[in-house]
Amino acid sequence: MHTLTLSELAKKLRAKEFSVTELTKSLLARIEESQPTLNAFVTVTAESALAQAKVAEASLASGNAGPLTGLPLAHKDIFCTKGIKTSCGSKMLDNFVSPYDATVVEKLNAAGMVTLGKTNMDEFAMGSSNETSYYGPVKNPWDVKLVPGGSSGGSAAAVAARIAPVATATDTGGSIRQPASLCGVTGIKPTYGRVSRYGMIAFASSLDQGGVIAQSAEDAAMVLGAMSGFDTRDSTSVDTPVPNYVESLDAPLTGLRIGLIKEFFDKGLDASVEKLIREALKVYEKLGAKLVEVKLPALPLSVPTYYVVAPAECSSNLARFDGVRYGYRAKDPRDLMDLYKRSRGEGFGAEVKRRIMTGTYVLSAGYYDAYYLKAQRVRQLINQDFKRAFGEVDVLMGPTAPDVAFGIGAKASDPIQMYLNDIYTIGANLAGVPAMSIPCGFSRELPVGLQIAGPHFAEAKLLNVAHAYQKETDWHRQIPAAFKREKLS
Amino acid sequence: MSLNRDQINSIAHLARLSLTEAEIPVYQDSLSKIVDLVGELDAAQTAGIEPMAHPLPGLAQRMRPDVVTETDQHENYQRNAPQVEAALYLVPKVIE
Repeated sequence: MHTLTLSELAKKLRAKEFSVTELTKSLLARIEESQPTLNAFVTVTAESALAQAKVAEASLASGNAGPLTGLPLAHKDIFCTKGIKTSCGSKMLDNFVSPYDATVVEKLNAAGMVTLGKTNMDEFAMGSSNETSYYGPVKNPWDVKLVPGGSSGGSAAAVAARIAPVATATDTGGSIRQPASLCGVTGIKPTYGRVSRYGMIAFASSLDQGGVIAQSAEDAAMVLGAMSGFDTRDSTSVDTPVPNYVESLDAPLTGLRIGLIKEFFDKGLDASVEKLIREALKVYEKLGAKLVEVKLPALPLSVPTYYVVAPAECSSNLARFDGVRYGYRAKDPRDLMDLYKRSRGEGFGAEVKRRIMTGTYVLSAGYYDAYYLKAQRVRQLINQDFKRAFGEVDVLMGPTAPDVAFGIGAKASDPIQMYLNDIYTIGANLAGVPAMSIPCGFSRELPVGLQIAGPHFAEAKLLNVAHAYQKETDWHRQIPAAFKREKLS
Repeated sequence: MSLNRDQINSIAHLARLSLTEAEIPVYQDSLSKIVDLVGELDAAQTAGIEPMAHPLPGLAQRMRPDVVTETDQHENYQRNAPQVEAALYLVPKVIE
C-alpha cells in the first residue's frame, strides 16, 4: 500500500481493501525502519496517529468521510502541533511542546487526515541541504551519501521513500521546490497569502509560505485545497475563495503559452539537467503548448536581494528567542544580558547565527539604506519582471535546481556555494508568485525537477499543467530501489 | 569588503549572541563573503523605483471588532518556560 497515491488510497479505504489503522501501522513501521538510514523524522506520533485512525474509520463507516479522511501525512516540524514537540530543527526549541495547532494542522486534522509525525528540516528552515538540523542531516533516499535538499528535506525524503504518502512543507527561498527536485517528488509553493502562516514558525515573514510535497500534482491538489484559505489570525492571509484544484486538473493545455526564462539557461546550469528540461518542454509542445523565450533581466540579482531581505526579517523574527518565556536557557546566567546572549549563542546553530548577524548588519545604523532599502528596490524590479512576463505568457518554466543532489558535506563549509543552490527558486518568493517542481527524469540515476511558475493565485493552472505532464510520463511514479519493498528490514 | 574582529563582536552584541573565540574568524570570513555577494546589488539601476516590502501591495492591514477573543491560558503557555514562580517568568536579578 506504500506505493499508492492519495487518490488511490482513498479508493481502497472505501473499498475496504485495508483499514485506516492497517495503513497507518504499515507506514509507522516503514518510518521506524527507515529512521536509521534516512533520519527523515524528528518526532513520530504513533499513539495519536492510531487514535486519529480510529476516528477516521468511524467517519468512513458512517458515511461522513471527506476526500482526505483517513489519509496519513507528515508535518514539517515548523508547524506547531498541540501537545506535540515542535522543534523547527533547532536546539532552541528541542524542549518546546506547542500549546496550540497551526492553522494548517487544524485544517488537515479537521479534514480527517492522520498525522504520522514531524519531519526533520534545516534549523529554522535556513538551509538548502538539511545539514543545519540540530537532529542531524536527512539522507537522500536515492543515494544516502547525498543530501535531500532543504529546508523541507525530511518531508521530501519521506514522500520519495514512500514512508509518508504526502507531507506539509514551507518555502521561503525554495525550501519546498529544491528538495522536491533533489528527491524526485512533486512540490508546490502557493501564492504568498494563500496558506495561513499562523502557527508556522516564522523565518522571513514577507517570503514564508506553506505548501505541500506529494507524489503527484493530483495529490498536491487534494491537500492544498484543504490547507488553503483565509485566516483572520494571519494578517497577510488573503481573503480570496479557494478554487477546487482537483476539478480543473484535466483541462486541456491547447494554446498554453509557456515562457522559458532565458536567464536560467544562460550559465551555471548542468548540461544533463538542461537536456531533461528541454525534453520535458517537448512533451508540453506535443500537448499543444507554445514555447516563448522571455527575459527577466533583474532575476539574476535574486540571490543577493534575498540575502539582504531574508536575514533582515530573520534577525527581527528570531529576536523572540530570549531564553525567558520558552525554549533553551543557558545554565547559570550571570545577569540578564548573559542570559540572552548565551541562551541564543548556545541555542542557535551556526547557520542561524550567520543569518541573524547578516540581518543585524544590513539593518544597522548607516547601512540600512545601502543594503536593505536597495534590496527592496531590486525586489521591486524582479517583481516587475515577473509581472511583465505574465503579460506575455501563462506560465514560466525552467529548472528547479542547477544540478542533481550533491554529497553530504560537499558545500557545508562555503555558505555562498550553498546559497547559489536556490538561484532558480528565490525569484518566486520575492515576487510572491506560486511555483512548483515536478520530476522530469534522471541524470546519473538521480532525479531532476522541472519548475513551473504562474501569476498570483494561479495554483489551479500550475497543478493542471503539472498533471497534464504526469499523465504523459511516469517519472513521478519512480521509487528509490531501497524503498520499493513494503517491509524495509 | 572585509569585516574585522571588532565589527563581528559589535554585530554579535547587537544581535545578543555570545560567540566563542573559535567562531569569530569563521563569521569574519563568511560575513565578509556575504557582504561581497550582496554588494552585487550596487550595479542595479534603482533610481525612482518604489521599495517593495511585501509581495501583495495594496493589501491593507485588517481591523477586527474590539472584543475579547483570547482566554487566559497562562498556565498552558508557561509550561514551556524555563523558570516560573507565582505565574511570573523568572530572570536573573536586574536591579541590585
